[in-house]
Amino acid sequence: MLGSLWLIPIICLAGAVFNLALGVLRTPKSVVTLVGVGSVGAATIAAYAALWEFLHQPVEVIVEPYFTWISAGAVNVNASFQLDPLSAVMVAFVTVVGFLIHVYSIGYMHSETDAGYARYFAYLNLFMFSMLLLVLGSNLPVTFIGWEGVGLCSYLLIGYYYDKKWCAAAGKKAFIVNRIGDLGFLLAIFATIAWFGSTEFTEIFPAAALHPDHFATAATVIGLLLFVGAIGKSAQIPLYVWLPDAMAGPTPVSALIHAATMVTAGVYMVVRANVFYRMSPTAMLVVAIVGGITAIFAATIGLVQNDIKKVLAYSTVSQLGYMFLGAGVGAFVAAIFHVVTHAFFKACLFLGSGSVIHACGGDQDMRTMGGLRKHMPTTYWTFLAATLAISGIPIFAGFFSKDEILAKAYEAGAGNLNGFGATYHLLWFLGLAGALLTAFYMFRVVYMTFHGEFRGAEETEHHLHESPPSMTGPLVILGVLSIIGGFLGFPGQLFGKSGLNLIEDFMHPVILPIAATAHGVAEGSAHAEHAVGLGTEWVLVAVSVAVAVLGIMIARRFYLGPQAFALPRRLADRFGFAYKLLLNKYWVDEIYDVLIVMPMYRFAIFCWKVVDELIIDTIFVNGAAFTVELTGDLMRFTTTGNVRNYALAVALAVFALAAFMW
Amino acid sequence: MDAVAVPYTWVLALSAVLFAIGTMGVLLRRNGIAIFLSLEIMLNSANLAFAAFAFRFASGHATAAAALDGQVFIFFVIAVAAAEAAVGLALFILLQRRKGSIDVDRANILRW
Repeated sequence: MLGSLWLIPIICLAGAVFNLALGVLRTPKSVVTLVGVGSVGAATIAAYAALWEFLHQPVEVIVEPYFTWISAGAVNVNASFQLDPLSAVMVAFVTVVGFLIHVYSIGYMHSETDAGYARYFAYLNLFMFSMLLLVLGSNLPVTFIGWEGVGLCSYLLIGYYYDKKWCAAAGKKAFIVNRIGDLGFLLAIFATIAWFGSTEFTEIFPAAALHPDHFATAATVIGLLLFVGAIGKSAQIPLYVWLPDAMAGPTPVSALIHAATMVTAGVYMVVRANVFYRMSPTAMLVVAIVGGITAIFAATIGLVQNDIKKVLAYSTVSQLGYMFLGAGVGAFVAAIFHVVTHAFFKACLFLGSGSVIHACGGDQDMRTMGGLRKHMPTTYWTFLAATLAISGIPIFAGFFSKDEILAKAYEAGAGNLNGFGATYHLLWFLGLAGALLTAFYMFRVVYMTFHGEFRGAEETEHHLHESPPSMTGPLVILGVLSIIGGFLGFPGQLFGKSGLNLIEDFMHPVILPIAATAHGVAEGSAHAEHAVGLGTEWVLVAVSVAVAVLGIMIARRFYLGPQAFALPRRLADRFGFAYKLLLNKYWVDEIYDVLIVMPMYRFAIFCWKVVDELIIDTIFVNGAAFTVELTGDLMRFTTTGNVRNYALAVALAVFALAAFMW
Repeated sequence: MDAVAVPYTWVLALSAVLFAIGTMGVLLRRNGIAIFLSLEIMLNSANLAFAAFAFRFASGHATAAAALDGQVFIFFVIAVAAAEAAVGLALFILLQRRKGSIDVDRANILRW
């Protein structure tokens, strides 16, 4: 399959086009399913065939140019794909998770109309196309097309139930907030062209790594601009607000786009540009700070949400924060590792919640759930596996990746990375506190949803059922991946065998060595590596496991048993303000409303009422007509009909003319 | 010849006086025919000016064509005046038939 990488995304695009046509033709669902799921399945097989060949050849980076896309002066942009360890990892999990979610959608969306079903699969296929374009693109513009494509599909799918006003509004919000980030990405492309005269990954990064002194400013500027793009796409503070609202879309969409794949595009981009970040301590610190703060900030909101999907949404924002924290402390591989494990367990959690919502007839409020364990055992066990994974319990996937990020954050603090040791220590502590909250709120979800007694209407209780195999199948696979997926990055160094960390080994070529600089800032991460002894590492592991267990214990104490809900209610009463603060998500939406949306809205009204209606319409357009009319009205009185008046006017004019020309 | 030539400036002055008289006649008279006569005076004052300039340039400059131009123009003006008189008289006859008078102030229905 190497040599024709383009087939992988194009198959998905073909699926999208076919499904749009089928939707117009009102084709039965079976055909749509065949095209929609089949195309992604075929793309997955093609992708794995390519990966297999890639693994069995010696070249580290394969670039396949197809045609010249943009040729402007000295700048040439090819439409080309690139397969290197980073894009290989991304393609590997994007196709598999995407395929599983397509399969899941068959069951979840079966009650839609034929046309709606086809539209759904067309968008989902289009999303797969864009996402593969994004991770396979070998230069910034191609990546940007994918970047915009996934944003478009996100918008289309959030607003899938477009007849509901709040869903359409959520789609718009996602799109508009993402635009802010996209501007940063676009500027990063221009800056790259200005500095390097190229956008090809295989050209700019080696060039920068070779002359770190020369490109120091470039690294900071481009790094920060790319990170602005990443903030938008990966829902970090301050642009995270669209992601919780994005839950208005169908649940498989939330799982695929707003948890597993699209939102990790920002992390992918930062890791892709790791050379820039390692060259620029400032950019790296900004990434770490934004990530660390987002991780704990979103986790605190997740503590008190009652909508099951909202909890998962904030958990996603928080986990993305961990990924950026990882990238910000120089643990780029750990960040990608967390992207992969997160894709497994978060997709599993979202699909599980979808299964729950499906059973409860569309209800998403956990206060009216409970005791679902006995009605839907498969969903329960897979959900539990994924929850253990996200909480960071050993041997589950999330443990390895999250622990590695936290360990690297601690190392960055201890090794005084780039001279910001204290900040990195604080960020490590925030991350650790976030891990406690994560374990707590995720087990809160488990206990509220699956344990205890059912608290909903009796009517609903009769309808509780396990989901069809098309839904439980992907759940089981993702559940298993949530358990074993972590062994991809088994921390062999803890046992003195570093070779066991497959992903670290595999991704090694992506982290280009940077040439020595005059002041030697760039290689700061190198000595941070060995700042922490093996003993300390084991202590760190123990601490993070202890924290996770503590979180689970608290959740158990709060939400399980006969005393369930009494304690949290007392706490909510006691700390009324704090509770309200969290329940209302720090009023961030309201603050944005007052500070940004309303001024913009008023400005728009001003443009409409004053600039358009008053100045342009009234003064210019109607004003011109009015002036002409008024002048005519006045001038017509000179048409007296009396010949001698005209003669006088002519005579006077002649004299005036003569006088003028004298 | 011993006769002293009339200076052309005098002729021009006469032309100007005639033109002014004609203009005042056009502006002040109400009788259509009188206006017409005044108009003819104006046209002929112009002819006089043409003749004066033709005379002036014929003596000053050696080109015969320059002198001829002014004289030829006079014939054009006479021809146009004749045509104009024909049209004007026709109009006045119609005005007389319609209004019973050729007072131009009564022909004022084309107004706001």
